[in-house]
Amino acid sequence: MSKNFCIKPAGDSALLVQLGNEISPELNAKVRALNLALQHSHFIEGIIETVPAYCSLLVCFDPLKVDPLQLEAELEKAIQSATEHIFSQPTVTVIPVCYGGDLGPDLEFVSDYCKLAPEEVIAFHSAPNYLIYMLGFTPGFPYLGGMDPRIATPRLENPRTKIPAGSVGIAGEQTGIYPIESPGGWRIIGRTPVNIYDPFRTPPVLFSAGNYIRFQPITAEQYKTIKEQAKIGAYKVRTYNLEEEKGTL
Amino acid sequence: MPTFFEVVSPGFLSTVQDSGRFGYRSIGMPVTGALDQYSYKVANLLVSNDENAACLEITLLGPTLKVHGSAVIALTGALFQATLNEQPLPQWQAVEVKENDIITISEAKVGARGYLAVAGGFDVPMVMGSRSTYIRGKIGGFQGRPLQSGDKLEIGSPSKEPLQYVGKLIPMEYVPTYVISADNDIITLRVIMGPQDDYFSKKGVQNFLNSTYIITADSDRMGYRLEGERIEHISKNHVQIISDGIPLGAVQIPGDGMPIIMLADGQTSGGYPKVATVCTADLPLLAQGKPGNKVQFVAITREEAVYLLKEQEDKLCKLRLVLSPNASATAKHFRVAVGNRYFDVWVEER
Repeated sequence: MSKNFCIKPAGDSALLVQLGNEISPELNAKVRALNLALQHSHFIEGIIETVPAYCSLLVCFDPLKVDPLQLEAELEKAIQSATEHIFSQPTVTVIPVCYGGDLGPDLEFVSDYCKLAPEEVIAFHSAPNYLIYMLGFTPGFPYLGGMDPRIATPRLENPRTKIPAGSVGIAGEQTGIYPIESPGGWRIIGRTPVNIYDPFRTPPVLFSAGNYIRFQPITAEQYKTIKEQAKIGAYKVRTYNLEEEKGTL
Repeated sequence: MPTFFEVVSPGFLSTVQDSGRFGYRSIGMPVTGALDQYSYKVANLLVSNDENAACLEITLLGPTLKVHGSAVIALTGALFQATLNEQPLPQWQAVEVKENDIITISEAKVGARGYLAVAGGFDVPMVMGSRSTYIRGKIGGFQGRPLQSGDKLEIGSPSKEPLQYVGKLIPMEYVPTYVISADNDIITLRVIMGPQDDYFSKKGVQNFLNSTYIITADSDRMGYRLEGERIEHISKNHVQIISDGIPLGAVQIPGDGMPIIMLADGQTSGGYPKVATVCTADLPLLAQGKPGNKVQFVAITREEAVYLLKEQEDKLCKLRLVLSPNASATAKHFRVAVGNRYFDVWVEER
């Protein structure tokens, strides 16, 4: 890994490792590699947890267990060797989404705004594999990259006070899923019947940073069926290796 | 029949909290836990609890609880108007409570948050490694929410002898000054500059360090919002950063230039630049700030901040010994370094 990084104190109990300052899959992969390298080294003594983001990694530690300067030196070593770390193939998790109607009240607005038929909006939205750059904001909220700019739509002027869990929305050139009920200003175009986040499941979130999400359009009937299955924990989302998909194309 | 506390009235905001939910910030789960970790830890110590035992965090106006069974409690943190069966309830010490006793915790007179520990801890389910309530995520604590009237809070079985500290006073030096100096209404928070202090103009940083801010009514467990002199960004392009992880105590500055100090229930990542981070040892002090209180910031080095935290930890270590039945409260504590190991030594005059 290049020397284009810096380690900045973020208080007395965290270090911000900045690997660059742009949103790109390559840079994000470096963040992931470093994060995995730290985990595989069974964590350096004193590290509590890490928060990977677009192009940085926040390392939270206990300064009573490890000297911050010593930790900085350890992290520098880890960064230098992180490229040699081979991490597992990224996976694609298929998220079924029922678009439009009551579950996606803003689909019509998006289609009007983008001068596309609703079917076209759905087709553009469900075509790409979206890279999960990071999780944050609320438990399980994915910051996704790769949305087709043709369906970019500005946020609502007045955010809604309640957006149901599972809602899939667009905000500018971003798209995402609300894992828990929360207020928000995104244009809601559909909803998934699966529980993205369940605190009693291991792991609690269906997907992780560095992997991909694909949205699969489903009918209102299918939505009901999957919702019932998900309630009793009988629905299993489809996940496959990204390479597998490339092989079949 | 298990011992439990029946909630007669819940107070303004009473939640079950512990030392925090660690290991899940990478999926967007905030740490949660007691905002004033010092008072929380002392409360547990006083009733011989494990240091991660779940307590009740009480905000501004406390609950009224009816005791079923018998238990040992301790109330620390803010100074409350509090009674046990209409007699004043002493704070910062262990108190025995019995069947049908009524604990009434009214208004906070000094400070904002109290911690009610009970020997054995509040027995709520562990969710993702913690018993803390995450209000927004509706998980942890008592059914994932603040207490309501009629709730029955079950109490775990005490592992150690809970009565041993009952009535024992702790030296005043262990009671944080925010409780005893009511007239001093400016909260001084020591901060470590960065990680994005270079996003602010010279004048912006000067305002941050040289003026006083007022805690607004919008402040909560997610963050404290302050008002005062604008902390201006260098340019419009510096109002946002590419979202990164937010440490506890981060002072983030949105476009309006007014600081928000991020706390235990705050989001794990965000896109506003952070001018500084409050040192961990001062977070308990901030947690006792009420809307209307004044805050000023003083920049210190990271080494100083770590030293302050060590001091706080030493205090807790010493308190454990001061409280133990055969220790005298007059013993002096020294931490001796031999090689790179530390030893705690107490010296007592005879």
